[in-house]
Amino acid sequence: MLRLSSLFALQDAAPAVVPADTAWMLVATALVLLMTPALAFFYGGLVRSKNLLNTMMMSFVALGIVGVVWALLAYSLAFGEGNAWIGGTANALLNGVGLEAKGTLPHVLFMAYQGTFAIITAALISGALVERMRFGPYLAFIVCWTLLVYAPVAHWVWGGGWLMSRGVLDFAGGTVVHINAGVSALVAAVVLGQRKDYSRQAILPHNVPFTLLGAGLLWFGWFGFNGGSALAANELAALAFTNTFFAPMATLVVWVLLDYLRTGRATAVGGATGIVVGLVAITPAAGFVRPLSALVIGAIAALPSYFAIVLRSRTRLDDSLDVFAGHGVGGLTGALLTGVFAEKAWNAAGNDGLLAGNAAQLGLQALGAASAILYAALMTYAILKLLSAVTALRAAPRTEGVGMDVSQHGEEAYASGEGSILVIPDSGPAGAPAPALTPQAAAR
Amino acid sequence: MKLIVAIIRPDRLNEVLEALYRAEVRGLTVTRVLGHGGETDRVETYRGTTVKMELQEKVRLEIGVSEPFVGVTVSALLASARTGEVGDGKVFVLDVEQVHRIRTGERDESAVTPAIPSRI
Repeated sequence: MLRLSSLFALQDAAPAVVPADTAWMLVATALVLLMTPALAFFYGGLVRSKNLLNTMMMSFVALGIVGVVWALLAYSLAFGEGNAWIGGTANALLNGVGLEAKGTLPHVLFMAYQGTFAIITAALISGALVERMRFGPYLAFIVCWTLLVYAPVAHWVWGGGWLMSRGVLDFAGGTVVHINAGVSALVAAVVLGQRKDYSRQAILPHNVPFTLLGAGLLWFGWFGFNGGSALAANELAALAFTNTFFAPMATLVVWVLLDYLRTGRATAVGGATGIVVGLVAITPAAGFVRPLSALVIGAIAALPSYFAIVLRSRTRLDDSLDVFAGHGVGGLTGALLTGVFAEKAWNAAGNDGLLAGNAAQLGLQALGAASAILYAALMTYAILKLLSAVTALRAAPRTEGVGMDVSQHGEEAYASGEGSILVIPDSGPAGAPAPALTPQAAAR
Repeated sequence: MKLIVAIIRPDRLNEVLEALYRAEVRGLTVTRVLGHGGETDRVETYRGTTVKMELQEKVRLEIGVSEPFVGVTVSALLASARTGEVGDGKVFVLDVEQVHRIRTGERDESAVTPAIPSRI
């Protein structure tokens, strides 16, 4: 997305929408949108069945509420004309977002594509809040977070803000999406506190196949996330696509080996986690490194995240689905390694990294990561503390025990229907099902 | 010896097992059951279909104990399964005619005495 600046330069010469670019970005936008339902399955498999719907809804609801906030204001704050810190309100309510070219894309498509990133970033945080946070306060939290954390940080790195002008490289969101969400998740887990059963009894994933399904769909969607961040159907998109292809493969291999070495068994939850960590790590580097470097980045990235998860589970910190170890640590590894492996020969709009003789890039990457860490941590803490002054963030222990599905949503993921009585409006509860709903009645 | 049957809330199961363990009660059977204890019906809605969940998930524990353990077991159950709201469950204490341990053929009192003495 750093190419944006060069694309703007092009725009003066040829302010035209390129059909090929538009075609690819239409697909890429749909692919990234699919990542949020994929995340719902990834997270959903990891929680207990009594909290499945709540966990999945935390991702799904972001499709709605963050998307609406994006259109109303957040897009303008992130990508509208502004200062080094935040965009203006010129594009609020989608003002001035029409069919004119933004780069080589219709402006509306560029706005929608970026919206899918805001949605999944907010949804990522939910992994640290599941099984205990009330749904209403969660909605309020992701609205505030999108406006006050996501939009400014996206502006710094992609929207022409201060990190962009200093030359920090973040191709598809290692800093904006993953470090940002990972650190916010860590802070949120601390503010919220442990689940009542945490470290008192075993809390096991209830459906590991869901988690594998989610990891697979995330990978599929990630081709739009990274490949689409070229904002064009060109060589750069092909490079980012191929790197997104290879990096998780290397991470998966190393993760499985680590599992073998440590416990003698390759776990499925570990495999799914490895894929996601590889995807996270290659995200900032995807358009700046050669495919062989992508394999190396993917392989290295397995180590810090793997051991962060092992260590975290021995502490009192209940980052329930290890969002920080996966996305925070994985994103940080990727951001720093971008500064090591980046090559101008592969992307002229990028820069050389440490191995190509430009050690300063590594420093810049560290600066970008550190700013995001500091800002996201402070703001997330402030937002949650303010919200908790108004309302309780957590469900009562008793409610938590019964499960968040029944208490927050009035539904069960796996309802048997046994012993349930149909309530017919106006006539009150009836002893038998309404005639219209029985097969015999339908046949009549 | 007695057979103690307890119907409890599923979300209290871990607390109950912990309390029984602390009371050195070993050997029990756990079954997931459906039942109704007079609590307020839970209402769920699925796309406009509103249902009252008449039967709640409960857990049924069966514990065969020797006479000295009856009081201990019952008080552990009462203390750990209680939330104070309607629907906490029941504890039944039943007389048992005979008990046989299948492995050794031991009968009655010795059949409900733990095979491996606790080392706490």
